[in-house]
Amino acid sequence: MNYFLTEDQQMIKELAAKIAKEKIEPVAAHHDETGEFPWEIVKVLAQADLFRVFIPEEYDGLGGGIMEMCIVVEELSKACGGISLAYAASGLGTIPIILFGTEEQKKAYLPRLAAGEILAAFALTEPDAGSDAAAVKTKAVPDGDSYVINGTKQWITNGGEAFIYTVIALTDPSRGPRGASAVLVEKGTPGFEFGKKEDKMGIRGSATRELIFTDCKVPKSNLLGREGAGFLVAMKTFDQSRPGVASQAVGIAAGALDKAVAYSQERKQFGKPISSFQGIQFMLADMATQVEAARALTYQAARTIDAGARNVAKISSMAKVFASDVAMKVTTDAVQVFGGYGYMKEYPVEKMMRDAKITQIYEGTNQIQREVIALQLIKESLQKKD
Amino acid sequence: MKIVVCIKQVPDTTNVRINPETNTLMREGVDSIINPFDMYALEEGIRLREKHGGSVIALSMGPPQVESALREAISLGVDEAVLLSDRAFAGADTLATAYTLARGIRKIGKADVILMGRQAIDGDTGQVGPGVAENLGLPHITEIRKIEEIGEDKSIVVERLLEDGYVRLKTSLPVLLTVVKEINEPRLPSLKGKMAAKKAEIPVWSAADLELDTQRIGLTGSPTQVMKIFTPPRPSGGKIFEGDVQSTVAQLIAALRDAGIAIGQKKGEA
Repeated sequence: MNYFLTEDQQMIKELAAKIAKEKIEPVAAHHDETGEFPWEIVKVLAQADLFRVFIPEEYDGLGGGIMEMCIVVEELSKACGGISLAYAASGLGTIPIILFGTEEQKKAYLPRLAAGEILAAFALTEPDAGSDAAAVKTKAVPDGDSYVINGTKQWITNGGEAFIYTVIALTDPSRGPRGASAVLVEKGTPGFEFGKKEDKMGIRGSATRELIFTDCKVPKSNLLGREGAGFLVAMKTFDQSRPGVASQAVGIAAGALDKAVAYSQERKQFGKPISSFQGIQFMLADMATQVEAARALTYQAARTIDAGARNVAKISSMAKVFASDVAMKVTTDAVQVFGGYGYMKEYPVEKMMRDAKITQIYEGTNQIQREVIALQLIKESLQKKD
Repeated sequence: MKIVVCIKQVPDTTNVRINPETNTLMREGVDSIINPFDMYALEEGIRLREKHGGSVIALSMGPPQVESALREAISLGVDEAVLLSDRAFAGADTLATAYTLARGIRKIGKADVILMGRQAIDGDTGQVGPGVAENLGLPHITEIRKIEEIGEDKSIVVERLLEDGYVRLKTSLPVLLTVVKEINEPRLPSLKGKMAAKKAEIPVWSAADLELDTQRIGLTGSPTQVMKIFTPPRPSGGKIFEGDVQSTVAQLIAALRDAGIAIGQKKGEA
């Protein structure tokens, strides 16, 4: 299959695939079982320059964009959707700094993120603010040259492991959602602590943790974007990061498809490999077709963003919805192709099915994504009538 | 510090087979790779530079396609690469190869440490490293599992792997070392390295570029002649003795004696 990748993109894909196969696949089951954070893999990715691919050249990056990030996430996710998340979530945390950071903020963090010395994270979700993101309660109250942050963020990927966090908090609670701002907080800032580490169904090699702020004081120069633009920062960030989740989903699905195709040729029943039965063949054919369709939509979204299109929410949401639904379906079918063995932890596909589920839930549930798509459709239709 | 790493491009023998009729390697569709032991030498060379500064130069002798192995070395972090390539070098055995590589190293000049893998996986001789050192008049230590220390006074302390342990040895630079796989874990290439590799210009030195004795290179300079290559027959048969140690040993001794193999007699036995 020719995906019309540039020479550099092809090189990135090959290197990421090599790391996935040689370094990640052998440790995927270990991290799934123990929930240990894969720092050893982060080091390998850093040494290979993979954290540089989506960071501008003036900040020690290689100047690529979302497409390059997606290529890496997909390849790593073929081997482990949990380990790949350390990389992808740092990408999510890096995007707002690239999009909204001041020169000083960019200089302070992007070169270190590019080198893979530190990881980033993005913190919006709270116990009572999930799909209803506007319900955030965490406050960052102005106090002279500082903001004083109080509140708790929940389910933050890379929580505790990342060094730099973009936190969405209310700088002017009286204005409701319009009073929210994005503030950068470094690990180690007094008053910033980590709470419960979640015990998850899948993506168990990733860290998902509470962030607890108690009178945590950060300088006003840590404001990302302008005051009151917190949700704009969040939405613009998600518009660019959703193809990353889609790539994670495509990678998990593609990994499961590979395993299913290989197993179907090894497993014999009625004296023949099960791949010779039409019932299995049709399943494999549908799985492969769905993976290609999901990949095509994901690449389309990534390329649209990198081309500088203004309104990318719809295509970005479409890629995330479609690819994550495909990942759930394809991994479920992969377990089915493996039969009883597929249900056992000794074989890799049950993990892939568990890992796939989160892609339908996080960075905006698929229901919220569909609402974004529908609202945009209606808006476009009304604009045509004008 | 100037470090030269000699590498060899070899067929990926994990996939290679021998044609049983002609007794030659079936090279069709077999990838060429950097000799795996040389990957450890490259890694150690890069680590030495990271620790002591200087530069690492990869050197290889072979046909023009060996350039791809040298580009791979650059993608791993080597600074420069040189290819020794000339029709006159073809057919070289370990003696002629060692001589030619030594002339190349002399032309590069002022090498402090020369690193190589313990042996190549295609020929398995392990002779080229010591051969190069002899040609250059340098000390050499083979099968190094650790470089402990390189002193200000240009001394070097290494651990040489033995069958049942290791020995610590001290010598002085310049030195030639061959390494075993216990020495490190080779890194993967980086994107910056791959980009540098794509752009790098790799000089090709011919026999005329090296000051050498043409009687000592290529087929002319190679006293070794390969008479025959064959796949050794797989051992067949075999017998498993069962029971505790006492009885299995007794059964084994009896079987060996039955087979007419003379083994030690018990005291008092005839």
